[in-house]
Amino acid sequence: MTAPAKFVGRSVPRLEDRPLLLGQGRFVADISFPGQWHMRVVRSSVAYGKIKSIDATAALKLPGVHAVWTAADVAYIAPIPFRLTGLKTLEPYRQPVLARDTVRYVGEPVAVIFADEEYLAEDAAELVDVQIDPLRATLVCSYQPDFFDHVVSSEPGVVRKGYGDVDAAFRTAHAVVSLELSIGRHSGVPLETRGAIARYDQVRDILEMHGAAKVPHWNRDTLAQMFGRKRESVQLFEGHVGGGFGIRGELYPEDILVCAAALKFRKAIKWIEDRREHLIAANHSREQHHKIRAAIDSAGHILAIDDEFFHDNGAYMRTHAATVPDLTAAMLPGPYVVPVYRAVGHIRLTNKTPCGTYRAPGRYESSFVRERLLDAIAAKIGMDKIEIRRRNLIAKSAMPYALGLETLGTSIVYDSGDYSALLDKALALADWKNLQQQLLKRRAAGDKVGAGIAMFVEKSGLGPFDTVRVEIIPDGTVEVITGVASLGQGVETAIAQICADALGVNYNNIKVIHGQTDRIDKGMGTFASRVTVMCGEATRLAATKLRAELLEVAAGLMQSNADVLDIVGEQIVRRDFSSGPALTLAELAREHPAPLSAEATFESTHMVYPYGVHIVAVRVDADTGGVTIERYAIAYDIGKAVNPKLVEDQIAGGLAQGIGGALLEEFLYDGNGEPLSVTFADYLMPTLSEIPELSILVTEDAPSPLNPLGLKGAGEGGANPVGAAIASAIDDALGRPGAVTRLPVSPQRLKALMAQT
Amino acid sequence: MSDKSAITLTINGHDHKIEVEPRRTLADTIREDCGQTGTHIGCEHGICGTCTVIVDGEPVRSCLMFAVQAAGKKIRTVEGLATGDTLHVMQQAFMDNHGLQCGFCTPGFLMLAVGVLEREPNISDDDLLDVLSSNLCRCTGYQNIIKAVRAAAKAMRGK
Repeated sequence: MTAPAKFVGRSVPRLEDRPLLLGQGRFVADISFPGQWHMRVVRSSVAYGKIKSIDATAALKLPGVHAVWTAADVAYIAPIPFRLTGLKTLEPYRQPVLARDTVRYVGEPVAVIFADEEYLAEDAAELVDVQIDPLRATLVCSYQPDFFDHVVSSEPGVVRKGYGDVDAAFRTAHAVVSLELSIGRHSGVPLETRGAIARYDQVRDILEMHGAAKVPHWNRDTLAQMFGRKRESVQLFEGHVGGGFGIRGELYPEDILVCAAALKFRKAIKWIEDRREHLIAANHSREQHHKIRAAIDSAGHILAIDDEFFHDNGAYMRTHAATVPDLTAAMLPGPYVVPVYRAVGHIRLTNKTPCGTYRAPGRYESSFVRERLLDAIAAKIGMDKIEIRRRNLIAKSAMPYALGLETLGTSIVYDSGDYSALLDKALALADWKNLQQQLLKRRAAGDKVGAGIAMFVEKSGLGPFDTVRVEIIPDGTVEVITGVASLGQGVETAIAQICADALGVNYNNIKVIHGQTDRIDKGMGTFASRVTVMCGEATRLAATKLRAELLEVAAGLMQSNADVLDIVGEQIVRRDFSSGPALTLAELAREHPAPLSAEATFESTHMVYPYGVHIVAVRVDADTGGVTIERYAIAYDIGKAVNPKLVEDQIAGGLAQGIGGALLEEFLYDGNGEPLSVTFADYLMPTLSEIPELSILVTEDAPSPLNPLGLKGAGEGGANPVGAAIASAIDDALGRPGAVTRLPVSPQRLKALMAQT
Repeated sequence: MSDKSAITLTINGHDHKIEVEPRRTLADTIREDCGQTGTHIGCEHGICGTCTVIVDGEPVRSCLMFAVQAAGKKIRTVEGLATGDTLHVMQQAFMDNHGLQCGFCTPGFLMLAVGVLEREPNISDDDLLDVLSSNLCRCTGYQNIIKAVRAAAKAMRGK
């Protein structure tokens, strides 16, 4: 029996903040070891070409430069393996840690310098003479696959998903609506660049890597495999992480290189990326081109959706392999009844930075496409864009709803949801009727203003498992040890809240240990909005188990029965008389000869599916093509919020990134594959001025039936449909349904659009 | 590469006697030579503002200043904001209003906001928005940052 919830459901303050506010964070660049060497990567300045020669003579002459490596020095290291959705056919397209004879994007590592000091390493990198014979770069993933080079095709794979007879559905349709839509190349771009420090302890034969993030256990296992070492002899340590967003913490060539060098030179090797490197070398994301059509009946019901898309994955298949196109195809149907469905996603390679996931991967893209389609259907049959959505939504009574599609090794079954009720709440939140009247008046007065809406289903809580150990340490502190990681979102707070309620202690007496492979043997890490659901439930299970054990042990010491004892705050007390004896957790831990701890694993074969509605009002400046967001409202059903304020924080942060991708952010290239977005002056991220005040409504109408607390994830719903909603609003402001076909809607593109009549 | 110069940097009232190359940035020097890693580096080209410190009362992007230029000046960093265990009102306001998530940009925002409000306690809200638009944050979506700074501004004026 556990106490009623005291912490779960409350917006208690974050446990993470104090060291971060005091400047006591331990970010990767803050970590140093005596005698460390610095690594600097020499990168290709050519998008596609054959390496003729690499001459490091001048670099090696600088005092303090110890070594320069090229591909020959790391020939024993295999390309980096896949972590998710790793189709066998994609394996030839994995990235080598240093380019062998061919370079395939500007920014590809071709050599590395090891030197005493960072500035010196950079000087030396400038002196490495890399001669490359350029070849004609492929920069557009065209309709016809061609040869990427003499060996490999530019189409390493095709994702196919669907059900039903598409051709029959289109033959008998009342009408067909077709669109061509593109999403621009952008990415997570955390404020902290990547970095890694490896060192090798010869005496204990342990390789350590500091600066791990996101998936430390997977990376430990992979590094062990790549270097032919025992898993236990590789340890990864996560410090503070300056934002993740999907991109940070995957295994990159640089991580492998610092480890290889630490093993070889028996020195601590430190690598900290600069911003230019980050913008050309860390994972890009999102770039897709869709040709989508819907078959509809005369009342606007969707009869079938048929989508063919081209996913530009850049030069290699990195750790995410086919994850993004797979999710795009799997999540495209969203909250609507789609009786017949087909998606064919062509994974294409180009001579640009390789891609991976970015917050709401595949969903930012497919929500844009799907919601554009809904708007187009509404326009086709002359129906209001709210009504067309309402008419096609999956009913509450249909839950749980098996979509008939699979992704990430699970079949998609929407576990719970009342989409139409949330739509009503969102419209009320945005004061939709009044908003429409105001916009009408202002448009009559000549303003270009409009409102947009987008609905979506998110996924979260990816299994297959999470394991947690809860321990009482002798000073009375409770430690929760988990294999997840923190990317700044408040993991420690949320997990402590769940543990506190299950155990009966205060949440601020709980320390959540994450990302330390030497503290727990396995862990799945932090991605796919999985932590609160998977780690949360594992924590609840472990804490419940530990509570029973503590009461049992205390009963012996207090000469009482466990069933009359309770844990209140940091004390074990008797329920039956309030002034009776009490025992603190610290006393109990010190009295007990063995550690007081319990471990539990939560397994789940299905994901859980939160959902939401975004509504936005924009003003378009006819002279500049600039878009000002005047209002933004988000309704999101989370099932059960552990800490509502943290959920809102996730939504607000996701929205800002979504706005970036909708209006500002894009990695551009010139005709030779030279990247043009290499500083924050040309890769424009939103500032305070671009972000509107936001109304957020977090509802708990549809708790998940797949875990006892009813939890669903919060990480990605803020970003998911932002491109879609803003596009819809710009159409409305221009009075031209379907005008926006491409993200980001930059001022140049919008001006060009307005110039077309 | 060039010869090193001997300089003294005064950070949060403490003198650091160090030798640096003339080309070494103030940001790197504060972090690596003086061991104050609370100041973070986000872009090294003066746009993100993560490395903002206060030099002689002015918020400065320490990646765009050479250490030798800061010799003899009073430098303040995030480590100097709190008094003992008591957080500065700006730090407290960031905590109360969820003005941070990952915390990487936070020292820069704190120093920018403190620097501006000390100089101009009665700054208009529009100007405050303008000033805070000069730093980047990737986690919060900014609204909680402006809430925090407004709350702290009020408290600082009330003192």
